[in-house]
Amino acid sequence: MRAALPALVVLALFAVVPWLAEVWGGSYLTSLAMRAMILAIAALSLDLLIGHGGMVSFGHAAFVAIGAYTAGIAITEGVTDLATILAIATAIAAAFALVTGAISLRTSGVSFIMITLAFGQMVFFTLGALNEYGADDGLTLWERAEVLARNDVLYFAILGTLAVVWLLIDRITGSRFGRVLRAARQNDVRVETLGYGVFGFRLTAYVLAGVIAALAGVLLANQAEFVSPAIASWQRSGDLIIIVVLGGMGSRSGAILGALAFVGLEEGLSTLTHDWRLIFGPLLIAIVLYAKGGLSSLFERRS
Amino acid sequence: MSTTLLLIQLLNGLQLGVLLFLIAAGLTLVFGVMGFINLAHGVQYMIGAYLVVWFYGLTGHFMIALVLAMAVALALGLLLEAFVFSRLYDRDHLDQVLATFGVILFVNQGVKVLWGPTPLTIPAPEILAGTFQLTENLQYPVWRIAIIAIGAAVALLLWFLVTRTRLGMLVRAGASNAEMVGALGVNIRRLFMVVFGFGAMLAGFAGAIAAPIYSVEPGMGDDLLITAFVVIAIGGIGSIRGAFIAALLVGLVDTLGRSAVTDILKLFLEPSAANQIGPALASMAVYVLMAAVLFFRPAGLFPARGAA
Amino acid sequence: MSAVLDVTNLRKSFGALAVTDGVSLDLHPGECHAIIGPNGAGKTTLIHQLSGTLSPDAGMIRFAGEDVTAMGADHRARRGLGRTFQITSIIPGFSVLENVALSVQAMSGSSYRFFGRAARERGLNERAMTALDLLGIADRAERPAADLSHGEKRALELAVAIAAEPKALLLDEPMAGMGRDESAALVETLKGLKPQHPLLLIEHDMDAVFALADRVSVLVYGQIVATGTPDEIRQNPQARAAYLGEEA
Repeated sequence: MRAALPALVVLALFAVVPWLAEVWGGSYLTSLAMRAMILAIAALSLDLLIGHGGMVSFGHAAFVAIGAYTAGIAITEGVTDLATILAIATAIAAAFALVTGAISLRTSGVSFIMITLAFGQMVFFTLGALNEYGADDGLTLWERAEVLARNDVLYFAILGTLAVVWLLIDRITGSRFGRVLRAARQNDVRVETLGYGVFGFRLTAYVLAGVIAALAGVLLANQAEFVSPAIASWQRSGDLIIIVVLGGMGSRSGAILGALAFVGLEEGLSTLTHDWRLIFGPLLIAIVLYAKGGLSSLFERRS
Repeated sequence: MSTTLLLIQLLNGLQLGVLLFLIAAGLTLVFGVMGFINLAHGVQYMIGAYLVVWFYGLTGHFMIALVLAMAVALALGLLLEAFVFSRLYDRDHLDQVLATFGVILFVNQGVKVLWGPTPLTIPAPEILAGTFQLTENLQYPVWRIAIIAIGAAVALLLWFLVTRTRLGMLVRAGASNAEMVGALGVNIRRLFMVVFGFGAMLAGFAGAIAAPIYSVEPGMGDDLLITAFVVIAIGGIGSIRGAFIAALLVGLVDTLGRSAVTDILKLFLEPSAANQIGPALASMAVYVLMAAVLFFRPAGLFPARGAA
Repeated sequence: MSAVLDVTNLRKSFGALAVTDGVSLDLHPGECHAIIGPNGAGKTTLIHQLSGTLSPDAGMIRFAGEDVTAMGADHRARRGLGRTFQITSIIPGFSVLENVALSVQAMSGSSYRFFGRAARERGLNERAMTALDLLGIADRAERPAADLSHGEKRALELAVAIAAEPKALLLDEPMAGMGRDESAALVETLKGLKPQHPLLLIEHDMDAVFALADRVSVLVYGQIVATGTPDEIRQNPQARAAYLGEEA
């Protein structure tokens, strides 16, 4: 329970932000919170791959972009029914994950990093080729999906999704499936010789993570009311990895803490200086070199 | 496609391939010998380009600027190696990806602060600044031809170093079995430093000679770096020969792909639409190539490891 | 009685080197069949091919009446072919109990279940505890597997294998690195396992081999040069020359 506490605290914090915003920060604060929550959803799904499955995917932002563009294009074409949008996004993300995952999982280690990066780049360039939908410049959404039209509904839809995804991932990692996935990260030969087809378990996780990331993408499109190929860029995939590692890989609260810290750092540093990356870059290096286990380990160590 | 156009594309492809090779050579050696995945290698390329522009502004001579740029690029590379990268060699790939990503963020921003966000340009050195009468109605810049020639020369030099010298032997041995080299009583730490410095200098050199034909701007090394990773993945990690062949392959596929894909699209689409979509879709061609190669040969075309 | 494991003319080469050169052997219910031979004879490579982590170039492997030659390691394991590794192969980050429960889980229903807490499945844990009890490390159940001593890890390795209740068990040097007392205790345990789980045993400890084996085969340069009862092998000049290190 102790390991889940930080995440619960952060979720509770997100729940009171709309009221907090009335006192201080206004829509700036709520949109910042929404951004952090959406990143947390995507990072939770990536952590299923990296932290629990040992699959370092460097192309995860592509799935977020698939979700975002599905929403963006659907809404532009006048399809504003959320259920329809979600169904299409899920189907495309699952199909893409199934095909690219089946190819990528033939490799491991560095080759896996490279090949997932390559698939991410393919999505990036494909989106840039969508002339009907803004090409490189991106696409502005003139409305949101129907049910999400109201700001407060959107906010709590994102919070609700985050909470559900968090619970879901927690259940999955503790389940029979998750046990096999976690074991295979540590010793895949042994797991295979125990009678598990490791490839199937990893591919399933890959598809699951892709679909959840696409879900984050659908929310992102509605929240930002703008989509562009940059969502799929490899730098965004890098951001997601940073969040996962910053929070603590394979821990119950890591992805949520990481997302909060990431957005907090980005905003906090950019109020200090326009060139905040001059600080963030070295900070990242220092975290890698000196802070093993991420933020969540700060809370777990005492137990 | 006319013959003239094809010829231009071919030359452009070779020229891109040569630049990619200069970047990929260091990347693949560092990767092969030290198992170190260095996202910040593209930063060296950018630094090389900026330095040559800067020194050219100070001295007015391209060649002097080139030499100074390489020296400083080497120094910066060694500095980064000593303070950051050397601590990452025994870490897992995830840590290496993250820390070198941090270096990219820092240096890209640093360059923006020092030289501003607007792209800079520099003319090619005077004796090589003209154009070259390729066919009756086609002129081609001499500098681009020079890049191809320089690249080929460097490739030859590298091939000589790697196959014919003691240092090269150690590097090859290190790429296939690092522990064995350590057992031979070689100072691994110093070998790493030499290999790393050499790779950094090559990337800086690539940036410097590319400066007259591309715009010099923050982040210019990032996308090229990703393509260089594609090159070493296709060529086989740790293999100079693989990097050379794959670099030319990727350069040609990327350049020729642009017109080829557009031509094919014209069969199905309005010409204007094809012209717009073609280049973007063609950018995917090299990644499709890589995915295909890795699917059939997960270790690349010329795997160095395990080849003994 | 028909053999549970039946290997015919198995061949495997690495380049020009034939590491398995026409091996035929079988394993009967209730039996311990030991494979002995000098280092580099191809014993571990043979086990890898039998368990499915390495595919042979030619030959046939039948297990429990089925041709499994083309099957992957996971399919063979699910059909009841268990194995241990020469170098201890466990899940270091899991508790001792969870290591064994993972093995039980593989043989009891689908593992594509995403919601129930696997750690709370009593069926899995009870069968895992039984295996730990049998190997005498039940008191270590909650410890991380990585923290065990070498001998305890070897015991865990075996507990993981037998928890799956295999129809045949491939043991790759289970006594490796053990002291005399530990080895003797393990011999007794394996004797008890033999009736339900026929053993194909690779071992260098000759005392253990002759105490356990019903049949012994001598593997030299990828070929079986002699097969017989322990007494026959002790007397066999070829076996003595090749392995026992005596002048013929």
